[in-house]
Amino acid sequence: MNQRRRGAPTTKQVSKRLVALAGNPNSGKTTVFNALTGLRQKVGNYAGVTVEKKLGLLTLPDGTTIEILDLPGAYSLTARSPEEQIARNVLLGEVPDTPRPDLVVLVVDGSNLERNLYLATQVLDMGLPAIIALNMMDVAQGRGLQVDAAQLERWLGVPVVPLIASKGVGIDRLKELIARSELPRPPARRWKAAPEVEEAIQTVAQALRRTGTVPEEAVEAEAIRLIGLEGTPSLLQERGGPELVQAVRQARERLQAAGHSPATFEAEARYEWIRSLTREVVRRSGPPPVTLSDRVDQVLTHRVFGPIAFIALMALVFQTVFTWATIPADWIDAAMVALGDWIRNLMPPGAFRSLLADGVIGGVGSVLVFLPQILALFFFISLMEDTGYMARVAFMMDRIMRRVGLHGKAFVPLLSSFACAVPGIMATRTIENPRDRLVTIMAAPLITCSARLPIYTLLIAAFIPGGATVKALTMLSLYLMGIVGSITVAFVLKKTLLKGETPPLVLELPAYKWPSWKAVLLTMWDRSRHFLRRAGTIILGVAILLWFLTSYPSPPESVLAPIEARRAELLRQNPSDPAVAQALAELDNQEASLNIQYSFAGYFGRAIEPALRPLGFDWRIGIGIFSSFAAREVFVSTMGTIYSVGAVDEETTPLIERLQSATWQSGPLQGQPIFTLPTAVALLVFYVFALQCMSTVVTMARETGSWKWPAFAWTYMAAMAYVGAFLARHLVLWLA
Amino acid sequence: MMVRLSELRPGQVGIVQRIEADDALRLRLMEMGLLRGERVRVLKYAPLGDPIELEVGLYHLSLRRREAETILVEMEP
Repeated sequence: MNQRRRGAPTTKQVSKRLVALAGNPNSGKTTVFNALTGLRQKVGNYAGVTVEKKLGLLTLPDGTTIEILDLPGAYSLTARSPEEQIARNVLLGEVPDTPRPDLVVLVVDGSNLERNLYLATQVLDMGLPAIIALNMMDVAQGRGLQVDAAQLERWLGVPVVPLIASKGVGIDRLKELIARSELPRPPARRWKAAPEVEEAIQTVAQALRRTGTVPEEAVEAEAIRLIGLEGTPSLLQERGGPELVQAVRQARERLQAAGHSPATFEAEARYEWIRSLTREVVRRSGPPPVTLSDRVDQVLTHRVFGPIAFIALMALVFQTVFTWATIPADWIDAAMVALGDWIRNLMPPGAFRSLLADGVIGGVGSVLVFLPQILALFFFISLMEDTGYMARVAFMMDRIMRRVGLHGKAFVPLLSSFACAVPGIMATRTIENPRDRLVTIMAAPLITCSARLPIYTLLIAAFIPGGATVKALTMLSLYLMGIVGSITVAFVLKKTLLKGETPPLVLELPAYKWPSWKAVLLTMWDRSRHFLRRAGTIILGVAILLWFLTSYPSPPESVLAPIEARRAELLRQNPSDPAVAQALAELDNQEASLNIQYSFAGYFGRAIEPALRPLGFDWRIGIGIFSSFAAREVFVSTMGTIYSVGAVDEETTPLIERLQSATWQSGPLQGQPIFTLPTAVALLVFYVFALQCMSTVVTMARETGSWKWPAFAWTYMAAMAYVGAFLARHLVLWLA
Repeated sequence: MMVRLSELRPGQVGIVQRIEADDALRLRLMEMGLLRGERVRVLKYAPLGDPIELEVGLYHLSLRRREAETILVEMEP
């Protein structure tokens, strides 16, 4: 009891009551959560793990607010997956930043009571006050099942509320019960195992009780779990010392001697009790009807039509994200450019104007353009999740993805990465296994995203000889290289660093249902909010830093003086004369070029030139690569600035011509052209592999919960880029 | 007749007798309802031939052939 953090009801409430929602995946738990909390939700991670922590607020009619914690969906509390572990730890009050809940609402799928009660009764055994939310009563009825809620209440000894959460039926009654401050604790465990097993449970419970680490009402449940867990002496040692280790070992031996399996005795005994319950509580009228869901599924996972429907859907997703979402993205881009120009006209020239217009606006703009793609992709992904189709995608793609050691659900995130790795990485949240999810995150940035296209089009147009067919084939092979690279990384990681048996596929295929538009919109809102918060903080910071490094220090007076003199001279002439205006623009570009050459980035480029020479790159390409960490397409505009040409756009010829005529400024090759065919090919291959995108790096850090993984990814991708570019260059040289 | 679940064709029904998997997988399968005496119907195979879709109790479960091989069932005629 002393575990409860609430004071007596008369004292002023310091903290809100905390209500945890627990339930199986697909039990409608999220729908109940949305119905209780509406828009007032926040999603974070539990400290140190990649398990999502969803919190929301429920306001009661009397004005008090209650915090609702949506625990990760689980089928049991045996705690072998991180999700189960977190759910169990929260219910025991063992999670550092999460107090032990005051109440648990158990969301139970009424159309599949037996399996849902497995988790529900495990949670009841933990001894917290509980309410059963008996959901999906309409689905149960549709399948000819009558569930007797009053009878269920008698069996379980806690209040049962029948619900149709998707239609809001029963939610008010549920809120009413949650509002009651004093709910009784559930009765002591009602299922019993064989006498010799019960004896063993009691011995372990005694030893556990003496450690004082577990709330009294949960001691038996924890004892049962500890007997079932295999090979965990370090955990036991930590909790209870040698005495507990000894007690558990003896209990396991005693069970084995009596012919029971320590691993599965709980499942057997618990299900036996649950089956006797459902025999009385659930009535079936007539044979199970063939539901609409079954008929839909016959088409959507059909041998022939299934893959066709999937490919058609993926084509639509791809088209939307790749093509249609770029229309609003272009608007955002144009708006940011206009905003930058507006500031430039409004403020006097100087460092602050440059910081605002180039650093802040430019930096934020380069991130905001991702927003339409994120929204579009998450519209489809949450639709697929919510309707139950995502499980079928995993079902159909499993065979292919397993070859590389990945889960069937990894297909959609990887496909989305062709548009942009940022939403692709965010989409890996649908993969439950943390190791598989990590492998997918690490492989996603190697898929050729749309930001690489400006670089590809520019370099291919300028330097790849031959007709349109050759150019198209070059583009295609760059895409293939990205795919092969991605698969290789996934394969190697699965064999080395993230080694482990491919986890067995034990996947529920839930009945199809109409999507809840509220849930779809909430997901889209949540994902974009997270992304924008990142854009507002870390990504903006990096953008400003990059601006600083490419702007400072300024070139010496002596270098700028001739430009200033020429500009003054031009300004005395008629500025409306197009020739003069063009000359002025040319001067601005020359100045910008000098600025970047003398900046830290310029120094950096020169410093790394010896390392880049084997690839055929000079220091100016080095600056381009450096500054393109903001976003890959920045490479094109940097090349434009540094080779100082007129208005820069990837399709303008002047930039192409300027690149074609650029020559080495020093070294043995002085005077010879830089951009030869081998160099251009090397540069293309370099960008196939290099992780030059701060938004991706930041998203990886967020989704993996550490900077270790993005740092690792950046490093091996840089290595692949360097080696790949070197090999490509020499291959071309050799062929020529 | 005792067969492995992976040997059943779509539409066939088996009654679970024994699971020959390691503790972790056996427990996982039992938690999902595959206990001794449970009727399991094979609904279909995925378009590429693997995994399998099963009807277990009142819901649908998907397993790979590899996992289904560990489950011994008494085939219903």
